[in-house]
Amino acid sequence: MGPIQRVLADEKLQSFVGQEVYLHLETTNGAYAGNNPSGGMAVCAYIRNVKVKFSRASITGLGPYRAGMKMDGGWIYAEGLTDWEETPDGKLLFAGYDNEGRLAVSLEISKTPFRV
Amino acid sequence: MERVMVVLPHPDDETFGCGGTIAKFAKEGAQILYMCGTLGEMGRNMGKPFFATRETLPDVRARELEEACAVLGIQEIQKMGLRDKTVEFEDAHELANRIRQEMIRFKPQLLITHYPKYGVHPDHDALGYAAILAVKMLPKDERPLIYAHAITHNRMQTLGKPDVEIEIADVLETKVAAIRAHRSQSEAMMKRWSENTEPDEAWKKRMDQMMKKEVFWLYDADRLPETLW
Ligand SMILES: [Zn+2]
Repeated sequence: MGPIQRVLADEKLQSFVGQEVYLHLETTNGAYAGNNPSGGMAVCAYIRNVKVKFSRASITGLGPYRAGMKMDGGWIYAEGLTDWEETPDGKLLFAGYDNEGRLAVSLEISKTPFRV
Repeated sequence: MERVMVVLPHPDDETFGCGGTIAKFAKEGAQILYMCGTLGEMGRNMGKPFFATRETLPDVRARELEEACAVLGIQEIQKMGLRDKTVEFEDAHELANRIRQEMIRFKPQLLITHYPKYGVHPDHDALGYAAILAVKMLPKDERPLIYAHAITHNRMQTLGKPDVEIEIADVLETKVAAIRAHRSQSEAMMKRWSENTEPDEAWKKRMDQMMKKEVFWLYDADRLPETLW
């Protein structure tokens, strides 16, 4: 993975528009976030290998970046994206890493299922 | 000003940033149209203690919006039906066209909207951009003046002194009543403010400023960049 090049990433994203694709979407602040004296909460949510179809998609912002995909009657959204990668088998991976190199958010799209 | 159009994305944007200004125009007899982009569906504040859920929040906020607008003296609200956090992903020209249609009908002399790229929230940037694009699409002699509301910390450094500074002491009660009308969004903040035990000096200063004056920059629609990002 490397720093997101917004215009190029936005271009790559367009090839997933208008067809059924697999989505992984995740956000987490780490399992240990609840174990601190200031009363933090560990928070995480993910959804993996859900099939979606969107009619518009773009990467926006000045970095960290945001992604938004418009579906029939719904939306997919991710904020805080810093890095990206296009895998050899054509998956488009985006993630947001914090200053310590820890993953905070992840958005991935693929034309074939992700491994489980 | 006899006809003022306000274009902002979230219920409460009209109150926190420019409620005093709107109340003043209303008091002077202006007609005010508010195009409110979304219902703030993705908001995090739900009252303190919380009384809304992710699913009831839009209805709660729609009611709060109507109450706050009645307090401020806004006669016409138009809910645009966009969704919170998604405005920047819509087609800006399509949005601008909708806003332009309303401008042709309402003929505002003044537009109040967010300053693109100085809005902090992407919805602010995107709807401000669309509203100014709508102005740019009008013939020059039909364009309203634009009061752009900037929020980012660097706004004074990069934009310079505001072009318009409005003292709101004479309508402060109205603004506070409108803030309270947005109960789901303001309850925690107003508790903090009235308890007077706030340790955060910067926060207190921001609150004091919000209750004292509202500032805007004039935006020349011809200077609007080709794309937002
Ligand atoms: Zn807002």
